[in-house]
Amino acid sequence: MAQGSTVEAVVEAGEMRAAKGRSLWADARARFFRNKAAVASLVVLVLVVLFATFGQTVAQWSNEEIDWSLLGNVPQAGGPSLANGHYFGVDETGRDLYARTVQGTRISLAVGIVGALISVVVGTSYGAVAGYVGGRTDGAMMRFVDLMMSIPYMFVLILLLVVFNRSIVMLFLGIGLISWLDMARIARGQTLSIKNKEFVEAAIATGVSTPVIIFRHIVPNLLGVVVVYATLLVPQMIIFESFISFLGLGVQEPNTSWGALINAGADNLRNGTPWMLAFPLSFFIVTLFALFFLGDGLRDALDPKDR
Amino acid sequence: MKRRTLLSLTTATALAATPLLAADPPEDADLADTQTFSYRMLDQFPTLDPALNEETAGFHAIRQLFEGLVTQDSSGNLRPGVATDWSSEDNTTWTFTLRDDATWSNGDPVTAEDFVWAWKRAADPATASPYAWYIELSSIENAADIVAGDADPDTLGVEAVDEQTLRVTLDQPLPYFPAMTSYATFMPVHQETVEEHGSDWTDPRNMVSNGAYTLDEVSLNEFWRASKNPEYWGAEDVVIEEVTGYVINDVNQALTRWESDEYDMLEPLPAGSFPRLKEQYPEAAHSVPRLCSYYYALNQREDAIPELKDPRVRKALSYAIDRDVIVEQLLQGGQSPAYFFTHEATADFQEPQVEYAEWSQQERDARAKELMDEAGVDSLNLKLIYNTSESHKQIATVVSQMWKQKLGVETTLENMEWSTYLDVRKAGNFDVARSAWCGDYNEASTFLQILTTENEQNDGRYSNTEVDELMAESRTSDNPQELYTQIEELLAEDMAIIPVYHYANTFLLDTAVKGFPMQNVENNWYVKDFYRVADE
Amino acid sequence: MIPFILRRLLVAIPTILALIVFSFLLMDFAPGSPFATERGVPPEVLANLEAKYGLDKSLIERMGIYIWNVVTQFDFGPSFKFTDRTVNELIAQGFPVTLTYGFWSFVVAVAVGVTLGVMAAVFQNSWLDYLAVGVTVGAQVLPNFVMAPILVIIFTLWLGWLPGGGWQGGQIEYLVMPVIALSTSYMASIARITRSSMLEVLNAGFIRTARAKGLPMRRVVMRHALKPAMMPVISYLGPAFVGMITGSVVVDVFFSTGGIGQFFVNSALARDYSVIMGITILVGMLTVFFNLLVDILYAWIDPKIRY
Repeated sequence: MAQGSTVEAVVEAGEMRAAKGRSLWADARARFFRNKAAVASLVVLVLVVLFATFGQTVAQWSNEEIDWSLLGNVPQAGGPSLANGHYFGVDETGRDLYARTVQGTRISLAVGIVGALISVVVGTSYGAVAGYVGGRTDGAMMRFVDLMMSIPYMFVLILLLVVFNRSIVMLFLGIGLISWLDMARIARGQTLSIKNKEFVEAAIATGVSTPVIIFRHIVPNLLGVVVVYATLLVPQMIIFESFISFLGLGVQEPNTSWGALINAGADNLRNGTPWMLAFPLSFFIVTLFALFFLGDGLRDALDPKDR
Repeated sequence: MKRRTLLSLTTATALAATPLLAADPPEDADLADTQTFSYRMLDQFPTLDPALNEETAGFHAIRQLFEGLVTQDSSGNLRPGVATDWSSEDNTTWTFTLRDDATWSNGDPVTAEDFVWAWKRAADPATASPYAWYIELSSIENAADIVAGDADPDTLGVEAVDEQTLRVTLDQPLPYFPAMTSYATFMPVHQETVEEHGSDWTDPRNMVSNGAYTLDEVSLNEFWRASKNPEYWGAEDVVIEEVTGYVINDVNQALTRWESDEYDMLEPLPAGSFPRLKEQYPEAAHSVPRLCSYYYALNQREDAIPELKDPRVRKALSYAIDRDVIVEQLLQGGQSPAYFFTHEATADFQEPQVEYAEWSQQERDARAKELMDEAGVDSLNLKLIYNTSESHKQIATVVSQMWKQKLGVETTLENMEWSTYLDVRKAGNFDVARSAWCGDYNEASTFLQILTTENEQNDGRYSNTEVDELMAESRTSDNPQELYTQIEELLAEDMAIIPVYHYANTFLLDTAVKGFPMQNVENNWYVKDFYRVADE
Repeated sequence: MIPFILRRLLVAIPTILALIVFSFLLMDFAPGSPFATERGVPPEVLANLEAKYGLDKSLIERMGIYIWNVVTQFDFGPSFKFTDRTVNELIAQGFPVTLTYGFWSFVVAVAVGVTLGVMAAVFQNSWLDYLAVGVTVGAQVLPNFVMAPILVIIFTLWLGWLPGGGWQGGQIEYLVMPVIALSTSYMASIARITRSSMLEVLNAGFIRTARAKGLPMRRVVMRHALKPAMMPVISYLGPAFVGMITGSVVVDVFFSTGGIGQFFVNSALARDYSVIMGITILVGMLTVFFNLLVDILYAWIDPKIRY
C-alpha cells in the first residue's frame, strides 16, 4: 500500500469504505506500473492520440488536396518523401497519406471510443438495474438481452448501412446497438455478487432510494471490471469498423478511416505502392496491440484473482 | 436501306461476301490439345432465361447457349444466326428466312414458331420480364399494349409464315430492327421444355438450347460451365470444346488468379492497373473502345439549385474538368477524353465541331472563371452522388478538387450503393450525378435520345425543344448523321451534361486464345469464334 | 435440464418473430427497388413484377403471408433477383458450403487455440509464452481482408500449391485458405482466453495440491486443470461459431466459395428482399441454437450450475 493513501486513510478514518477503495486503486496502480508491456502500451496509445490530435499541424497537405504533380505516376514518385512533404507518400489519387492517416486515426479512435462508451453507459446501467432489482424484472431484462444476442448483428448492421444513407452517426448507432449486450451481462453478474454487501444493506437501511443506490453505490463498484472490458471492446470496435469499410459501407469521402485506408492499400498490393498498406496497417496493428496489452495489464492490476 | 453501313448488311446481297460464321484458325495454326476457354465474372448472373435476362454477365452466358436470328461478327456487324437472310421494303415489315438445319440441343428443329412463342412470352405480363421494355423499344406492333396488360400477348406483331419464315410488323419504321434481335430478349426458347419444367427449365438437367454450347453446370457464386453442342448447325466449325465462367468478386483477387493461369480472360482490369499490366504482359493486355460514355448529369429540374440552370455555370463546371488528367493519369486504360456525348467509335458518327475541345486546358480554365464571374456566382456548394466503386470515387475526388481549386466550388461527395443511388438519381436528389450510358445498338441515336425531354434516363431533366425536334426528324431522315452532329453541337452549347470520357474496355486475354472480336465495340463475344493455339 | 431447454426454445420463438418483423419493416423502408435498373423499368412492367411477387398487397398482408409460409412450410418464397430460383434453393446451395468451412474453421480455431493457450499458460513467462502471446495478438488484429489476398499471392501465385479460389464441392485444397482466413482471429481469441483461465486454474489450491503430491505437470493439466479451465472458452464458442458463419462474407468475396455470405451481401445491395430475409432468419435460428447448445455443454461440464 502506498504511504500517501495510508496517511489519508488515517485522516479519513471515519470513512472506512472510502479509504479501502482508495488503497485498492493505489494497489492497482502499483501493479499496473510493474507491468512493462502495459506501461509501454499506454505510452504508445498516448502517442497515437497525440498523433490524431496534433498530427495535422505538421502536415504540409490537407487530407483532400491532390498533388497534381504525382497523379499518374504514383507508383514511381508517390512514395514517402520529406522533400515534397508527403511523409507517408500519397494514395492512388495523389492525396497526402500522412494527412489521411491522421484523419483516419481520428475516425477509427472515435469509433472505438464511442462504441466502448455506449457499451459502458448503457450496458453497465442496464446490468446493474437488472441485477439489483432482481426477480421478474431481472428475468425479463435478461431475456431481452438473450433476444438481442440472437440477432445476427453483422447482417443487421449491413442492412442498416445499406438501407439508410451511410453516415458516421449510423455507424455509431449500429455499433452501439450491439456492443452493450456483453457488458450488461457482466455488470449484472458483478452486481449480484455485491448487492448483499454490508454497505449496500447499510444504504437500504438508511432509506436511500433504489436509483441512488444503484448509481451511487453499485455502479462505482463495477468500474474495475467495466474498465477492463471496455479496453478490450475498443479494439473490437475498431476491427468492426474496418470490416464495414471493407464492404464499402464506411465513412464518406474525403473522410477516411483505418479500415478504408487499409482496404485501399490492400487493393493496391500489386501496384508497387507498398506504403499505401504499410502506414495505415502499422498504425492499426500497433494501436490494437497496445490496446490488448493495456487491457491485460488493467485486468491483472484491477482484478488480480479473477479473470 | 442505304442509310447506315451497319444496316447495309441487313440485305441479302451483302451476304454474298460470306461473313465469318465461326472459328477460323489459319491453316498452319498449331491448335492446342485441349480446347477450352474460361473467363472471370464479377457477379453471378441471376438467370439464364433469355426472356428474363437484364444484365451483362447473363448475356455473356446466354450468347453462348442460345442463338438469335442474327449475331455479331468481330467488328460488331450483323451476320446470320438462325436467320440466313432478312429484308424489308419499308423498314416496318421485316421478313426473316430461317436456316433449315438449325436444331435444338435435343434434336428438334428450330422453327419460326419458336421465335414467335419466345417473343410473346417475353412481352407477356405473366412472365414479368424486367426487360419487357426492350420489346417495346423495338416497336413491334402492339408490344406496348401487351406489356401494359391492355392487349393479349397473341396480338404481338410477329407471325410464322411457315416453318422457315418469320414476319415482324412494326409500329413505325425502324431501320436497325435486325440489329436489336441479337439481344437475349429476342432469342428463341424451347416451348415444351419451358412448359414442362416451369421456372426450373434453366436447370442444367432440363435446359434445351440452340446455341453452340449446352449448359453443364451452374454453381452459384462460383462458376458455370458449358460444353460444345453437337446438334448446333455449325458445330463442325466450333473449335472450343468447353466454356467456363468463374465468379470472382474481388478484382485484385481475380488478377492474382489470372496471373496464376487459373483462367483465360479477365475483364475489366483493376482501376489504374492497365499501364503496369501492359508493360508486364504486352501481348495479353488489351484496351479496345467500348460503346459507353461516362458523364456527369447536372440537375436542371424545377426544384434544382438555380445556378445549375444557368448554362454559363454548367459550362464553367465542364471547362474546369481537365479530362486529360482523368484519362491519362487516373484511368490510364486507353479511354479517351469526351467533349461530346456520343461515343466517338459509334458507327458512322461524324464528330461535332465543339470549340472547347480544341482549346488548351489553360484556356478552358480561364474561360471557366470568366463564365462564373459573368453568371455572378461566387460561392457554390454541389452535392455529387456516385455509386460505390473505386474508379467512380477517384474521378469524383479529382473533379471535386479541380472545381475547388479552379472555381472555388465546394463539392460534397456522396457515395451510395447501386439500388439507393438509382433511386436517389431518379428522384433528382442531387446536383451532380455520376452517370454512364452504353449503347443498346451501334448508332448515335441510342445515346442522343436520352437527352430528349421526355426520356426516362434524362435524370438531370435537360430540355431543349430544338434537340427534341431534331431527334424526331432523325428517325425518318435520309441523313440522320448530320442531325446527330447538329444535336451534339447544341448539347455542347447548352452543356446539357458534362461529358467526361468515352469508355475503353481493358482486359487480359491469355495469348493462346485467338479469335477474340477486338473491334466489337459492344463487347459481344461468341466463344464459337475462338480457338486456342498450343503454347510455344 | 429439460424445462430449461424448453424455456430457452420458447424465448427463441418471439426472437425469430421479432427478427422477421424487424427485417420486413427495414426492407419495406429501404430506398431502391429490387427491380430497379440503370435503364429504368417502365411503370407497367414494374406493375407486372410487383404483381408477380405480391408486392401490390399491403404490408400487413404481405408480412402475414410470409410468416405463414415460413412457419407452416418453411418456405421463404421466390428470389426477386434469381428469377428462376427460390430462396430455399439458394440457401440449399450456399448454406452447406458455409457450414463446411465454418465447421473446419471452428475445429482448427479450437484445436490450435486451446493448445497454444495451454502451452503458454503452462510455460508462463517463458519464450514460448511470449511467442504465443505475440502471435495470437498479431493474428487477432490482422484484418482477414488483408490476410486473404496475401495468402493467395503466396500459396497460389508464388508457390502454386493451392487454387486461388472456388469450392468444387469442398475438396481439401479449396478449403485450406478459407479456413485459415476465417479461423485465425478466433483461434487467437480462444488462445488468449484459454491462457488466462488456465493460469487461474493452475494457481488454484487443488492444482497446487496435485503438484505437491508429485504428479507430473502433463497429467495435472490433462486430468485436473483442463476441464475447469475450459469453462470460459466454452461460453465463447457460441458467439465464435456464429461469427464464423457471418464472417463468411469475406471468405466468399475473396475465395469465390459460393457460401451464404456472398448471397447476403449481394441481396442486400440488390434489394432481393426474400433472400435477405431467408438468410437473416436462418442465421438467427442458428444463433439461438448455438447459444442453447453452449449452455447445455456448460451445464454438462459443470453440474453445479443450476437453471
